[in-house]
Amino acid sequence: MSFKTKDVVLSADRPKSLLIPKHADYLASYGLNKDDFEYCMTEYLRMSGIYWSLTAMELMDQTSRMPKDDIIQFITSCQDNESGGISASNGHDPHMLYTLSAVQVLAMYDRLDAIDVDGVVRYVSSMQQEDGSFYGDKWGEVDTRFSFCAVMTLSLLHRLDAINVNKAVDFVLSCMNFDGGFGSKPGSESHAGLIYCCVGTLSICNRMDALKADELAWWLCERQLPSGGLNGRPEKLPDLCYSWWVMASLSMLNRIHWVDKDNLEQYILACQDAESGGFSDRPGDIPDPFHTLFGLAGLSLLGNSSIKRVNPTYCMPQETIDRLRLEPQILLI
Amino acid sequence: MSDCDDNDAGWIFYKDRPDWSDVKPVPEDDGPTPVVVIAHSEKFEDVYDYFRAVLQNDEKSERALELTKDAVELNAANYTVWQYRRELLKALGTDLRSELDYVESVIRLSPKNYQVWHHRRVLVEWLQDPSHELDLTEEALLQDPKNYHAWQHRQWAMKTFGLYDTEIEFVDSLLTEDVRNNSAWNQRYFVHNNYTGWSDINVQKEISYTLEKIKFVKNNESAWNYLRGVLIHDKRGLNGNGLVTSFCEELYRNRCRSPFLLAFIIDACEDAIKKNEADGCHNAIRAIELCDALATKYDKIREKYWKYLSNRFQKYKSENGDNHSV
Ligand SMILES: [Zn+2]
Repeated sequence: MSFKTKDVVLSADRPKSLLIPKHADYLASYGLNKDDFEYCMTEYLRMSGIYWSLTAMELMDQTSRMPKDDIIQFITSCQDNESGGISASNGHDPHMLYTLSAVQVLAMYDRLDAIDVDGVVRYVSSMQQEDGSFYGDKWGEVDTRFSFCAVMTLSLLHRLDAINVNKAVDFVLSCMNFDGGFGSKPGSESHAGLIYCCVGTLSICNRMDALKADELAWWLCERQLPSGGLNGRPEKLPDLCYSWWVMASLSMLNRIHWVDKDNLEQYILACQDAESGGFSDRPGDIPDPFHTLFGLAGLSLLGNSSIKRVNPTYCMPQETIDRLRLEPQILLI
Repeated sequence: MSDCDDNDAGWIFYKDRPDWSDVKPVPEDDGPTPVVVIAHSEKFEDVYDYFRAVLQNDEKSERALELTKDAVELNAANYTVWQYRRELLKALGTDLRSELDYVESVIRLSPKNYQVWHHRRVLVEWLQDPSHELDLTEEALLQDPKNYHAWQHRQWAMKTFGLYDTEIEFVDSLLTEDVRNNSAWNQRYFVHNNYTGWSDINVQKEISYTLEKIKFVKNNESAWNYLRGVLIHDKRGLNGNGLVTSFCEELYRNRCRSPFLLAFIIDACEDAIKKNEADGCHNAIRAIELCDALATKYDKIREKYWKYLSNRFQKYKSENGDNHSV
């Protein structure tokens, strides 16, 4: 076919096998290289940085290379006594995104006792609005991402009862578009990252039945480009993190076999940096912990046996989800 | 993103400024090592050491407001800086019009940043004045027609203040520029859903418009999706609109094999079967043929999906008996 597509071409000398030791070294020393100006400004999202790195290490069974005690102490110090929320770093304001990251990290360490759990529950439930949506912080930005943060955080704490789950689901469903996808707010364009958040919310709340599963899954499959990579919206370039969001959504929909797995695996492997370790968004770009996690998690969903099984809803090791006795819903075709 | 290595001439470090000598800078608490040790430029470190100090002392002053500007310039994505800036604006009673101009200039530099657009929204809410929002977002969208933040802000302003009148013309101009712009198609739907409504006449008008665009570029996922979206509001469904059916059949006769055309005909077949309206054009046997053609020839990468659909039509065929073989 001669249709012009925005895509990349995989070069012949790309990495074709998984370089686990390289990735572990990369994450263990991440940020120590003073020349990494690329990452000089990440204080404001440090909590998420810890979640990306730790989860990636967990999936590679290399957790011991992370400074566990320091991390737990740091998280404790980031909780705001007044609101109960957790911030990205010391001195910052609490936010739903970082509250979730902190709870995910502590859940993996089985150390949820290190924070005031009631405070977190109070904070998250205070963010729910009349229409069921959630604010991201006290300044009132609404986004389906925050709905997902809320239900994920509370379910990890076994405290979903603290919010109005039906209303939360109704709001997410009000963001469903004519193409079966979801955006950030009612009427916002469908976007693979936000589809993941919305499908994830429904998976946790056991309401996957409300989806137009075939239509949505087809839209998600359409994200696969000839290179094997997936984009996040029509006519955008492929990106490794979108590969995760699309694949995880398809896994919850029980339709991940609809994508061309071999092609996709080739794309993900090509995003590795064979020299420094780590994964990047596209082959040849600079790696970072965010894309490194989603590269490994994506390979796990594709069944790569040298990586631990990842749970598609939580983006955490399946063993953690099992230990917490959580059973996020997967559609039965 | 601003470069943290810039040493612009004339820059004076906060630690060397006499009017800041009363403040003790607060260095970054690095948290756990080594995951998070971060290389900072000297300027970045200096500004943020003083920002942390101001934050810790809860200092509400003009110089603090200026300091947040420097902090934003170094990292517009730092949400705490913006939050503190809003606290300062409130406490100092700053002229919000000039703040509107300021944030506009930051949006120009960082149009893909959550925090700047959020700050903008809060200001417009405080002022209850949306008169610049369409122009501002238009400018951002001309630069990047798929900028999600700009679209979100535009939709928010339109919905909150009822600014729908001229939107279809704007969407038209974007689609003339790039007929594959999915964001523009989505916006078109947004306007009809929230403003124009889906009267029969409007539905027909939108169908004609979309078919024209498909005639122009046939393999256009966004336009075909929009067509389905419009047909949700046509009670005759995907198979019952004569204009759409003859358009598709003509494309097919003229050897167009765009996967989106074939997929549309397949869905029309399913609609027909479900409503007991299967005929020579829309039936299970044809759908199976098309699915197989997609799986083996026209869209091999999604072979598994087409096989799944094909199986579904096999079931229809055996359940109901298909008396419309072509
Ligand atoms: Zn990415």
